[in-house]
Parts: sequence; C-alpha cells; structure tokens
Amino acid sequence: MIRFILNDTEQHTDMPPGMLLLDYVRYHKNLTGTKIGCREGDCGACTVLIGELKNEETIYRSFTSCLTPIGNVHGKHVVTIEGLNMADLNPVQKAMSDCSATQCGFCTPGFVISLAGFCLSKKEPTYENAITAIDGNICRCTGYKSIERAAAQVADLMSGKKDSDPLQFVADNKMLPAYFAGITMRLKQLSLKLNGALINKAKNPVYVGGGTDLYVQKQEEMKYAGIQFMSAEGTHSIRTEGKRIVFDQSVTVTDLIESSLIQRSFPAFNKFAQLVSSTPIRNMATIAGNFINASPIGDFTIFFLAINATVILSDGKKSRELPLHKLYKQYKVLDRKTKEYITQIFFEPPAANTFVNFEKVSKRTHLDIASVNTAVCITIDGRAIKEARISAGGVGPIPKLLEKTNSFLQGKMLDEGLITEAIAIAQSEISPISDTRGAAVYKSFLLGQLIKAHFIELFPQMIGANLAVARR
Amino acid sequence: MKNRDSKTHTTGKSVYLDDIPLQHGTLFGAAFGSPVAHGNIKNLDLREAVKVPGVIKIFTAKDIRGENQIGGIVPDEPLFADHEVDFCGMPVAFVVAETDEAARVAVKKIKIEIENLPVIIDPRIARAAGELIVPPRTFALGDTAQAWKRCTHIFSGQADTNGQEHLYIETQGAYAIPQENDALKIYSSTQSPRATQAASCRVVGVPMHQVEVDVIRLGGGFGGKEDQANAWAAMCALAAHHLKKPVKYALSRIEDMAMTGKRHPYSSDFKIGLNEDLKIVAYEVTFYQNAGAAADLSPAVLERTLFHCTNTYFIPNVKAKAYSCRTHLPPNTAFRGFGGPQGMFVIEAAIDKAAAALGLDASVIQKKNLIRTGDEFPYGQKAVSEAVDCWNKAETLYDIEKIKKDISVFNASSVLYKKGVAVMPVCFGISFTNTMMNQARALVHVYTDGSISVSTGAVEMGQGVNTKIIQTAAHVFSVATDKVRVQTTSTNRIANTSPSAASATADLNCKATLMACTAIADRLKQVAADELHAPVESISFKDEFIFSDNIKTEVNWKKIVMMAFMKRVSLSEHAHYVTPEIHYDKLKEKGHPFAYHVFGTAITIVTVDCLRGVYEFDAVKIVHDFGASMNLAIDRGQIEGGLVQGIGWMTMEEIIYDASGRLRSNALSTYKVPDIYAVPKEIDIDFLQTDKDNLAIFHSKAVGEPPLMYGIGAYFAIRNAIKAFNPAAVIAFDAPMTPEKTLMALYSKKSGEQVFTQPEINEASVINP
Repeated sequence: MIRFILNDTEQHTDMPPGMLLLDYVRYHKNLTGTKIGCREGDCGACTVLIGELKNEETIYRSFTSCLTPIGNVHGKHVVTIEGLNMADLNPVQKAMSDCSATQCGFCTPGFVISLAGFCLSKKEPTYENAITAIDGNICRCTGYKSIERAAAQVADLMSGKKDSDPLQFVADNKMLPAYFAGITMRLKQLSLKLNGALINKAKNPVYVGGGTDLYVQKQEEMKYAGIQFMSAEGTHSIRTEGKRIVFDQSVTVTDLIESSLIQRSFPAFNKFAQLVSSTPIRNMATIAGNFINASPIGDFTIFFLAINATVILSDGKKSRELPLHKLYKQYKVLDRKTKEYITQIFFEPPAANTFVNFEKVSKRTHLDIASVNTAVCITIDGRAIKEARISAGGVGPIPKLLEKTNSFLQGKMLDEGLITEAIAIAQSEISPISDTRGAAVYKSFLLGQLIKAHFIELFPQMIGANLAVARR
Repeated sequence: MKNRDSKTHTTGKSVYLDDIPLQHGTLFGAAFGSPVAHGNIKNLDLREAVKVPGVIKIFTAKDIRGENQIGGIVPDEPLFADHEVDFCGMPVAFVVAETDEAARVAVKKIKIEIENLPVIIDPRIARAAGELIVPPRTFALGDTAQAWKRCTHIFSGQADTNGQEHLYIETQGAYAIPQENDALKIYSSTQSPRATQAASCRVVGVPMHQVEVDVIRLGGGFGGKEDQANAWAAMCALAAHHLKKPVKYALSRIEDMAMTGKRHPYSSDFKIGLNEDLKIVAYEVTFYQNAGAAADLSPAVLERTLFHCTNTYFIPNVKAKAYSCRTHLPPNTAFRGFGGPQGMFVIEAAIDKAAAALGLDASVIQKKNLIRTGDEFPYGQKAVSEAVDCWNKAETLYDIEKIKKDISVFNASSVLYKKGVAVMPVCFGISFTNTMMNQARALVHVYTDGSISVSTGAVEMGQGVNTKIIQTAAHVFSVATDKVRVQTTSTNRIANTSPSAASATADLNCKATLMACTAIADRLKQVAADELHAPVESISFKDEFIFSDNIKTEVNWKKIVMMAFMKRVSLSEHAHYVTPEIHYDKLKEKGHPFAYHVFGTAITIVTVDCLRGVYEFDAVKIVHDFGASMNLAIDRGQIEGGLVQGIGWMTMEEIIYDASGRLRSNALSTYKVPDIYAVPKEIDIDFLQTDKDNLAIFHSKAVGEPPLMYGIGAYFAIRNAIKAFNPAAVIAFDAPMTPEKTLMALYSKKSGEQVFTQPEINEASVINP
C-alpha cells in the first residue's frame, strides 16, 4: 500500500507502484490541471512539487510527474496546481496573470508550480534562481519574456524572506494555502504508518532511482514491473570518509549542487550542472542511475570518469569496488551482475594543483542531450602535466575515458602544440556515428574544440585564445 | 484588458480536450500508422491485436460507409491507407478499446506486410519525376528577360529552409459522443471546426446537420490544427457512430510528431539583378515546396510563398515560379506565416549574396529598395506602406550606427567570441488569399439581466481572440467586460466557419461581433429614445447608462434591456461580415488579395562562441506596425512569441527524416524548441501606432503571423558573426543554422565551393542515448 499526501488529503492506494504519478492525479483523482505534454520530462507541463521530510523539516522539489512512479512518492507530499489554489489567485498566479505570461495556458500550471517551488526553496530568492526554477518548462506561445517579467515579480515578493524558513514565510505572507503550515507534522504522522520502504516481492527486481531515463525508454513495461525503489534506501548526504568524498546511490544531482563539500572541491560545479537537463530532472535523477543507465553521453558519467570515481556494487549480500571506467564494456553492456546495484560512489577531491573542467555542446544549450560532452581532470606542476584524465561522451558506444590521449599527455610540458597533438590522438581513439545530434565528422571536430576549451578555460595564462583560431 | 482566460489558466482550471469529463462507457482509440514511407499493403494482420483484452473493434478502410477521404483542397488523402501507404505514420487502422492502455497495446500487435516502393523525400527529385500536387504557378511583374540587360550586378544561388514542428504543447485529439437519431457531438482540438465537421461527415456518411463540432480552446495550434485535426475527429466519429458509444483519442507526443505534417521545407533557386544605384531591377525565383504525400493546405501555402516572394521590397521586374512537390513525408501543412517566411528567406539570401559580393552591408541594399505607398506588388496590389517609416524609426530609435560600431569594436578585440547584426524588415498581407474564406459570423444574445453572450467562428488558442471579441462587445454597449461571455466555438451556433488562421481571426470575428452588437444597440437606442421622448440620434451608451445628448439619464443598461424585452424588441442578432475590397484573379495572377499589409523592422544582435560553435542572442529590437493596437499586452505577447518561434525555426529546430522517410527528430528529446535560456536577452518592441483608416478591427492591425518572420534576422546575424571570425567562410543558405552548421562554417575553408552538408542518417547509424 502506497501512502502519501496529495495536496490537502491523505491517499492510500493499491495501484501498482510503477504507475506514473501523472496518470494517478489526472485519471484517478481527476486533477486535470497537471497537463500531458511529452511524457519524457522535456516540457514541464506535468510538473508537481514533492515535499519530503528531511531533518524534521519538509523540503520541496519540483518533479515531472510523467517520470515519477507513485512508489517514489511513498510517504511524501505531492502538490499539484489544485493544491496551490486559494480563494483568489495566489501571488505567483497573479504575477503570471498580470504580466500576460499565459497565452494558450497549457504550460501555465507547470510554470506556476515551478515558481511555487522557487518560493518554497531554501535558495536565495534572486531573479536568476527564479529563472532556474522554470528552466524545465517549455512554452511555445509567449517567447518567455512575459514569463521572465512574472518571475521577476515573484522574486521581488520573496526578497523579504531573508533567512527565515520558506514554508513559514509563504504561510505568513499568504502566498500559498494555509494547509502547508501543517504538512510537516502530517508527514511525520504518516511516516509512522509506512513500515519503512515499499516491500518488493519480485525475484529479479528492476532497480529504479529517479526513473528519469527508465520511464522515458520503457514507460509501458514499468507500470507493472517489480520495482525496487533505490531512492528510499540511502541518504541524501555527501560526506567525507578519510580522504574520500562519499555518497549513497540515492543522491540526486540537486543534492550535489547544494553540497558545500562539492562546491569546495569543484568551484565551477554549478556552472557545469546548469548545462545538464533541467531543475525537475536534476531534482529526480540520481548519479547512480546516470552511471547504470550507461548512456554514451551521460553528462555526469563523463564528469565522474574524469575525476576517477569508484562505485561500490552490491547484490544485497556481497559488495565490491569498481572504478567507474571499468563499469562500461560495450554499448549498454556493464560489468554488473543482474542483481547488483550501486550502493555508494566515492572519489578523492582534487588536490591544490589539480584542475577540473566540463564542456558540453548540444543543439540547445540547456535541457538537451549533448552532441559531445567531455571533462578533464588534470594535475600540473608548473607546465608539467603530472596526470591528465580526459573523458568524452557522444563519440563512441560507451562513455569513454580517452586513455591514449591521457597517457600521451602524462609527463609532457603544456603548450599549444601539445594540445594540437593530443587532439589528433583523441580523434583517433573515438568512433562517433551520425545521428540526430550531429554528423560523425562534426562530433569528432567538436571534441577537438572542446579539448581546446578545457585548456583555455583552465589555463588562460598559458593557453591563449588564439589556439581557437588555428584552422583545421 | 488581460486575457480573459488568465485566471483559469493560472489555476489549472481551463478545460482542454483531454480534460473534458468522460461520459459513462467512453471508449478509447489509438491509430496504427504505417511503418514505412511508401509501399503496397500486402497483408494487414489484426488477429493478435483484437485478442488484447478490452479491445472492442479495429477499424480500417473497409469499415468506412461514407467516403475514405479527408482531403480539403484536393481529394487526395484517404483517412486510412487502403492498398498503398504514402508516408511513414500514415494511418492504416484505428483500434478502439475499453481503456487507453489496451488500445495502445493492441496497436503494437498489429502486423503489416508492405511491398516497399521507392521513397522520395527531396522536392527537387519529386519535381524531376513529375510528382506535383497541383500545376506550378507563376507570378510576374514587368519583364525580367529584358531587365537583366539593365543590371550592373547579377547574382544567383540556392537557398533552403527546413520544416518546423508546431509543437503545440497540447497534442491533437478528439472526443466523439453519439446523440439521439444518429447525430454526433465532437469535441475537437481544431482550428477549423467547419473542416473537422465536413471531414467527419464525409467519412461517416451523414449530412453536416447531424454533426456538431465544439471547441472550447486549444493548447496551441500555430497552423498545425488547421487541417490536421480532422483525421482524429473523423476516426472517433466513425467509431462512435458505428459502436454507438463515445470514443476519445488524444494523441501521444510520439504519435503526433510522427503522423502529422509540419512547416514545408523549401528548396529554391534565385537570380537577382541590381543597377549601379543598388536598386533591385530584376528578381527571378523558383520554389520547390516539399508538400509531403498529400495536398493538405500545400497549394494555399505555395500561393502565399509567391505573394511574399519580394518581402517588403519594390522590385519592378519579377518572375516567381513555384512547384508543390509530392514526396513521401507526412502531408506538410499550415504553420504561422503559411509559406510567407519561406519566400522571404530566399529574397533575403539573394540580397545577402549580392551585398557580400559587393562588399556591402546587406542593410544598404535592403533600405534602398523598401516598398513605398503606391508601388506595385508582383500580384498587382498597390502598397499602402509603412516599410520606410518602420525602417527609419528602427534606425534612429535604436541607433543602428552605434550598434554596428560597437560590434566592430568588440570584434576587433575579441578572439573567441564574435558578434553579428542583421536587419530584417517584413511585410505581410492580411486576409485569406482565397477571397471566399474572408467571411465570418457572430451570434450575440443580450439576456434580460443585461449579460451578453457572443458566439463566433473564432477558436481561442492563446492568441487572445476571445478577449478582443469581449472588448468589442463591451465597447459597443459600453458595459464592463465581465458582462460579456464568449461561448465555445460550435458549428451548431456558427455555421460554415473559416479556420482561425491567416492572422485574420480577430479582424473577421470582431467585425462580425461589432455588426451584431451595433444592430442590437441600435434597437435599444430606439427603445430608449421612445422612453425618453428624445430623438434616437441623441441617445448613447456610456458606462452602463443611457445618455441623452451626452447627459446621463436614470436609465441604466439593465433597465433598457428589460424595457426592450417587455416591448418585444429582439435582443439577439446574427451578423455576417465579409471583408470588402478584396479580389483575386488566379488566371491572371493579379488582383487585390489583401485587406492591408503589416510592416515592421527588427534588428537582431547575436554573439557566437567561435570555439564551440554555439550562440546567444543579445537583443532583438523591433519597430512594429500595430495600427492602433486594441490590446497592447496581447499584441506584445504575439510579437515576442512569434519572434521566438521564428528564431527557433532558424536556429535549433531541426527536422530530420532519414533516407527511408522516417522521422528521426521524433520527440522532445531530439527536436528542440527554444527554452527560457535560448531567447534573446532583450526584446525591445516599439509600437508604430498609426490611426490611418484600414480594414482592421478598430484600426488595430493583425498581429499573429508577421512577427515570426523577424526570426529570419537570427540566421543572417549568425552568418555575419561567422564572417567576422572567418571572412573566407563558405556558408550555404541553408536554415536552420544549428550549432553544428555554425561550427563547421566557422572553420570552413576558402578553397573550392565545398560546403559542409550533414550526411544522410541511415537506420544502422542510429543509436539511442
């Protein structure tokens, strides 16, 4: 039995845990304000808020309900547009209406939900953060300018929040319905009825993290699949153990973005993360899921390959460590037994003379799958390269560590000529194909450009912009 | 006034097709589309599919008792493929089941054997093979053959534009409910209730009075639901009529993208000649329109390409020929601009080519050739032009000289980033080019409590037409806008509607509303005059009171309405409006097809990252000819939205069919429309407010389509930035300018005319992420 709070009412349902939240709210609860646009997390029309108890408080995140199995909201608070409605328009709705930020209206509830998520978040209430909150919502009518104006109004309204608790602030300022004030208490009461995580009886369960790719690829099969929900089985904490930074399989991209440990280790991490999917997908997707999905262009796989992460795989009884780059054998073929799943991921944070960069180019800069992505983790001593790890995605059947390139670079003196040579080697060890994300010849050339970009970004004193001008 | 729907939109209470409460016993449909683009059906095996629990019946061509035909302009489009399939996704069967899930499971179990036939996806190949939808058409002005002799500079070339997916966020769908005596009520997400009604009746085999099509609103249309909403409605109608049960089908995104047509790709050849003064003396152009497998609206789209082939320029000698070429793609269809953008891209490419060869900025040639009032378009109409005013205002208001100077300073010092600027003037004719369609009706009732109901043929799809209709009625009666309600668009209330299209919906339907309201108002004034013993000319309405000689009387709106009712005066009116003055002779290809033209000028500034080949738009600065806007907020929204849609078409929106005719950009993960970060950082819009007499409603010029064409400036701005990085760059006139094409152009080499073209994608090379 799955239990959660839907808006102001408690639900308990015997529907299969793999059923999509979108279908549940629209077709079983008749809450039709949540719209269907694409069923693959790419439009945001079905966005809902998910509130989860964390250290005695409720943290709200936006999710695309089209990729959220109801099993993943067990014990949580689900908020649809209907759950935000008050006697009159709430201030977010009023801003959208006043700014004429709604034309056909089909995407509008999703935008309102995402902006409400911004109001409920602990982030600074800046205009930029308001825009980030709606970066997963597509509007085909307005050209977004009126929505930007509405977002600015909402950010203004929230500017008085300062350090106060967002839930308290929105309640005090009557920005959202009064029942929100009681949710934390109700979630605590609900947690007593849950009996822990959902019990899975399947012999060979399907492991689901955020579900953000599984539910794109296999929506129909997933509904009745025997699912083990991995997000329920770990913590969201990113911690230090000895020299290592360690986190569980349940950690999401947003958890990394919000981790001060990650910020300290990779000061540009949030800039990289901005290039990856959208706020709701980052809220849902787990790093472990990204690894296991084994997409040849998985953005975080590429990042963690470069920083030499290790995964711990377990079948529930025995566990083993495996360097991430050894996980991938062929296209979607992993060094993983059927029953094995990732329990933890760890890596050593970069030393003072180690530098990390991530590059990605796609047809649309944000909320798109890469044509090519690449990361570098390079340790230097003056101009001498002690170790270089460059990874690349979209250029072969697996997310690839460019081993030949990396061993070529090791011990060499960094200069522009060296980079040109390294690019030639990199281009010789990849095997891109032509598809909707670009022709093979483009991907190969683009990888070279992005390798240049790594060095121009990381070592502007040593590598001049003129490297870019050098023609093929 | 804000959009009337903004309250229900922001609270999630607006009702779209998939939100309509279901009647008990409703069944669910799903279409099975052909897996191949061209071939003969050898065998259709439904045996496994009908066994799926919950499946009620699977409909095919054999089950049609009416006609298996939904073609609007040309009867060349069967609802279900019978012997032959002509495009990938062409409906072959329609499964009806007790649940949506069962219907879709059954669709996957349908087996079909098809003997493959050759597939054509290129319009030039289709033309060479004689595969034309309709005979080619030619527009001519002056004598180009003679004019070339007077040209100092002559340039020729090729220009291509790709298609564009509408990507209305609400997919297509219909819900048909049987009524008594074999009648049907169909809810449809259609821009064209009449066409949906006619197609459904044709397939079912019943007269039009038996079928009501009712439209609440659309979650976006953009032309994609003008003709292409009909198939789903006809399928649901067929099944509902046969099974005597309500049948609903809301398409999944993948089904919608695979089965429906898009903006037409065009390939074109141009030749342009200029004299020493840089006046364009002659222009010849041949358009190859990729129509897809059936006519749909292609002949009309083709016509508008010709109407707009000289954009906003006066060219005394023009010869433009256009071929509508039959290929094995889904039938391409209306999309905001309706062929106009494709025509304009080519003349802009021709000017760019000339400018580049002459070492000039394209804007020098553009400015010298702007059309002026009294100049003749190639189709014979004389311009009433705001082109020069828009251009000059943009130039001074936004200080184009400073923009250009700042960019050259930036480019001189920046290595990795280069900026480019382009000016894009537009001119767009307002009216359906098919004169017959420029008619509309409104049915207005004033109820005895003073509330007002308006029905028209307009379909609300976000463009704000219902709000403008409310403004019109409230204005005539001088009542608060909340006294007016616009009803759903129903073929029972308003018959024989033209589609909501051609930017003309507000003009046509507001004019009809104006007529109906005025007729009722005139009768009410007579009642008031009798009551007040005053001459009827002295009576006016103001703020819900009757005024006599501009002096407020004690008779308020409610009272006068009740008085009229007591006196048995009609409080209802059905008015019929036809656009005056317009006419067109297709034999001569001359006439006066447009009520008026809309003008404007946009300046687009882009920054290209020359290392990565990606770009960002710094700003688009527009002066737009609004006439006297009747709703600034709505009109601004149309400009911003149209512009961004146009930029999408020119940059990231890339339709990809493989050589076998299968759509590869078939989902939102592979077809990208602008997101919030992709839009220009700044969009400035100046309202060129003029109160000149025109045929628009309250002199407020139509605003739906024209701004899309500002987006063409995005292509040329990127091009200019690439040339700032690599003056020898070889860049084909081939939109969209994706990051891929941008990067390859940035590093293209001077030698030879070798231009990077994307290799064909074959099935073996496609791997999912």
